[in-house]
Amino acid sequence: MFTAGQYIRAKSLEEAYSLHKKGTCILGGMQWLKMGQGFYSKVIDLSDLNLSGITDEGDSYLVGAMTPLREMEESRELSSLTSGAMKEALRHIVGVQFRNLATLGGTVAGKYGFSDVLTMLLVLDSTVVLYPDEELPLANYLEEPLGNRIVTGVRIRKENLSCRYASMRNTETDLPTLTCAMAKGDGGIRLAIGARPQIAKILTFPEGVSSDEMTGTALSSLSFSSNLRGSEDYRRHLAKVLIRRCWESMEGGEQ
Amino acid sequence: MNVSITVNGTVIKEEIEPDLLLIDFLRSHGMKSVKRGCDTSNCGACTVWLDEKPVLSCGILAARCDGRSVTTLEGVRDRAREFGAFLADEAAEQCGYCSPGLIMTTIALLSENPDPTPEETKEYLANNLCRCSGYEGQMRGIQRYIAWKKEQGGKA
Repeated sequence: MFTAGQYIRAKSLEEAYSLHKKGTCILGGMQWLKMGQGFYSKVIDLSDLNLSGITDEGDSYLVGAMTPLREMEESRELSSLTSGAMKEALRHIVGVQFRNLATLGGTVAGKYGFSDVLTMLLVLDSTVVLYPDEELPLANYLEEPLGNRIVTGVRIRKENLSCRYASMRNTETDLPTLTCAMAKGDGGIRLAIGARPQIAKILTFPEGVSSDEMTGTALSSLSFSSNLRGSEDYRRHLAKVLIRRCWESMEGGEQ
Repeated sequence: MNVSITVNGTVIKEEIEPDLLLIDFLRSHGMKSVKRGCDTSNCGACTVWLDEKPVLSCGILAARCDGRSVTTLEGVRDRAREFGAFLADEAAEQCGYCSPGLIMTTIALLSENPDPTPEETKEYLANNLCRCSGYEGQMRGIQRYIAWKKEQGGKA
């Protein structure tokens, strides 16, 4: 567990940003943060800044950074947008009590390599909303350092999509050994593979692509490696299986 | 820093350290049903309700609970005793260390979904680990408790 010199509940994003210097920390759900042993001179809580909840903006949904993963899992809107894939991506993350605490912002700011959430969001047309005023496509955001900017939410554009999500865990509630999300829309098929065990990456394909073609591209263009949960070879094998499962389910029209 | 946290209906005002976890705050106020198990947000032994939702008290700062309402097993004694008898009847307890967390999570489940399927029950309780029982007795106890509540004409 980390230790902290001061706990501050920010009254505005401006205040949080001004306080967020080296040696301080913005609190998300703190489920991963608490596993560390570091000392923070200040921990800054965004709980009072109305950053929790899912807002329908007409052509998109804005999911606030402090929204618990459980709320996203239970959202009918997100479930409908993703053909149930969002729920599938979230429901295996440890347990209900954990997901009532873990937040979207904590996951996005942490850029965790094992993240189911990032894998799922990558195949949606999602952008990360930052303070000060900036909004980046998620794939671009993941490539650059966050610095002292603050994640305030994720905007997900409404599209006519068919989505699927699959993950492999050595045991229920464990971190995933591999994650796979797929979305088919007007512009073709988007495929994201995460927990390789590196941060999820997205690949795009034209409509009509076969499962084997997608698998071939994924295996040749993405890096896979080994850790305690699985070897590189095992992950490459899992990638073939999960891509095929998602693709067959999508083509077959199963939910 | 000063906090005001409502625990089982009683407001507790206190000066606390900024990194004090809710589990330690609660136990220091006599809520010994709240168990420290894994300390890694996995085992569910420390489950309490925060504003009626089940959370892991080892995974949240007490400071973050300022102005909010926390319920522990001590705050739902009657219902816990009622349900706990069904666990005991099925020999679902051995050391009993996980029982308070299991009971808090099960009651939360039944508040959200009064008639869960066994699969829904298992999924909701995924964050409650037991190293003694193998879960079969617990599942039987939960199913029999639900059936008994229905027979009584009430929701589980």
